[in-house]
Amino acid sequence: MYSEKVMDHFRNPRNVGEIKDPDGVGTVGNPVCGDLMTIHIKVKDNTISEIKFKTFGCGAALATSSMITELAKGKSLEDALKITRKDVADNLGGLPPIKMHCSNLAADALHEAVKDYQKKQEENRNG
Amino acid sequence: MRKVYLDHTAGMPVDPQVIEAMKPYFTQLYSNPSSLHSSAQEVRKGFQNARKKVAMLVGAKSEEIFFTSCATESNNWAIRGVASRNRGRGKHIITTAIEHMSVMNVCKYLMKQGYRVSFLPVDNTGLIDLEVLQKELADNTILVSVMYANGEIGTIEPIKEISEVVHSKDTYLHVDMTAAMGQVSADVMKEGIDLLTLSSNDMYGPKGVGALYIKKGTRLDPLIFGGGQERGLRSGTENLPGIAGMGKAAEIAKAEVGREGSRLSKLRDKFINGILETIPHSFLNGHPTRRLPNNVAVRFSFVEGESMLLNLDIAGVAASSGSACTAKTLEPSHVLRAIGLKHEEAHGSLLFTLGKQNDEENVNYVLGLLPDIVKRLRAMSPLTPRELRENV
Repeated sequence: MYSEKVMDHFRNPRNVGEIKDPDGVGTVGNPVCGDLMTIHIKVKDNTISEIKFKTFGCGAALATSSMITELAKGKSLEDALKITRKDVADNLGGLPPIKMHCSNLAADALHEAVKDYQKKQEENRNG
Repeated sequence: MRKVYLDHTAGMPVDPQVIEAMKPYFTQLYSNPSSLHSSAQEVRKGFQNARKKVAMLVGAKSEEIFFTSCATESNNWAIRGVASRNRGRGKHIITTAIEHMSVMNVCKYLMKQGYRVSFLPVDNTGLIDLEVLQKELADNTILVSVMYANGEIGTIEPIKEISEVVHSKDTYLHVDMTAAMGQVSADVMKEGIDLLTLSSNDMYGPKGVGALYIKKGTRLDPLIFGGGQERGLRSGTENLPGIAGMGKAAEIAKAEVGREGSRLSKLRDKFINGILETIPHSFLNGHPTRRLPNNVAVRFSFVEGESMLLNLDIAGVAASSGSACTAKTLEPSHVLRAIGLKHEEAHGSLLFTLGKQNDEENVNYVLGLLPDIVKRLRAMSPLTPRELRENV
């Protein structure tokens, strides 16, 4: 039911873990729904220099988390915010229709992490 | 690659002896058993022999066995047939919160038709409460439908005790035997069952055939109308190869149930204990002792079922899960919810169902794999508590 690309990311997930002093953290989902993702980022010169994820969820949830870390690494914050759920699914060679909504939350988690970073920057400037 | 099949509740192979028993009914014994000519006579004989074998499996008389197309049809027929025939006496039906969808959805349909249906709760092991049943029974209760055992959590209901309560009123008891076929012996007389759903493909028989035991004198309408086969109660040309196969499967099940049941029970207990002893934060779903011999239903905190199944599949192991992520509905199993599991607990459930082909080596193989799979997924899960992460 899953594409080869999904299974590849499921078997060998990229960038699993946490960053010790992250610049931004994004968490989306809910264990009640069966999916929970956390993304940690490090930002250098307005670019995502490091990214790690942790995910509770099905095969699609784990593969999309892994894929988003590959797509976002080295991207400017503006470009990272432009990555969509569809981009993640397309880069994985597609997802089963039923998984498109429930388990395709990785782009949202990334956006949350970037916004978290931007909010902290804002607070630093104002503070 | 090594293949270990542990999903027998979802699908089973057909016993080669069963296939042999079916073969003549495709090209040699094809006459219509209702025909007058002599070639129909042998067909009739084989047909009645199969009915007898199915009857003997559950302590019934031949004339109380009616062949259907599957267990789903038998469940539909028993419930709708009793409901429509007895609506003059009352429009109340009692069932449980853990029934198969072929009972659940018929009951929901009848609710739309003006019947009242009570869904009995179960405790956290999956057993119904006899006192609650007693309280729900009313003068207008025409039917109580309870499964013999639940295939998802393995729990075996106390049918004899349930029957005694049900028959304190003028009410029929329907029992769905499907998940328990070939694993435990049922006796319709001793256990006081009025209607019993029997499945063929859950005891190494072919798919596309099932049966309903109807105790003599039970009043119910047909579900399917037509040429009057099965003594006018279930029309449609008889599925002779299927019926012959179900008969043979019943004969084998009757002969082997004791030995195979105790062999599987030992294997099951080794499997369950192995999991609970080696994997922290693992739990058994269902009843610890009133349990189907083939059923290993477990759950693991902090990880999700589908990702465990995919990892098992990569290693050649076929199993299932109560997780929403493997379901079409995206809702966790109603059975796991009914025994009080939270959504996230239901998501972390795995179901292994053993069969004749499984041995101790199969169980050892999975017991060798599972701790690493759970450990790896827990290391990736944000829900895993720190102390477990460093110590998984």
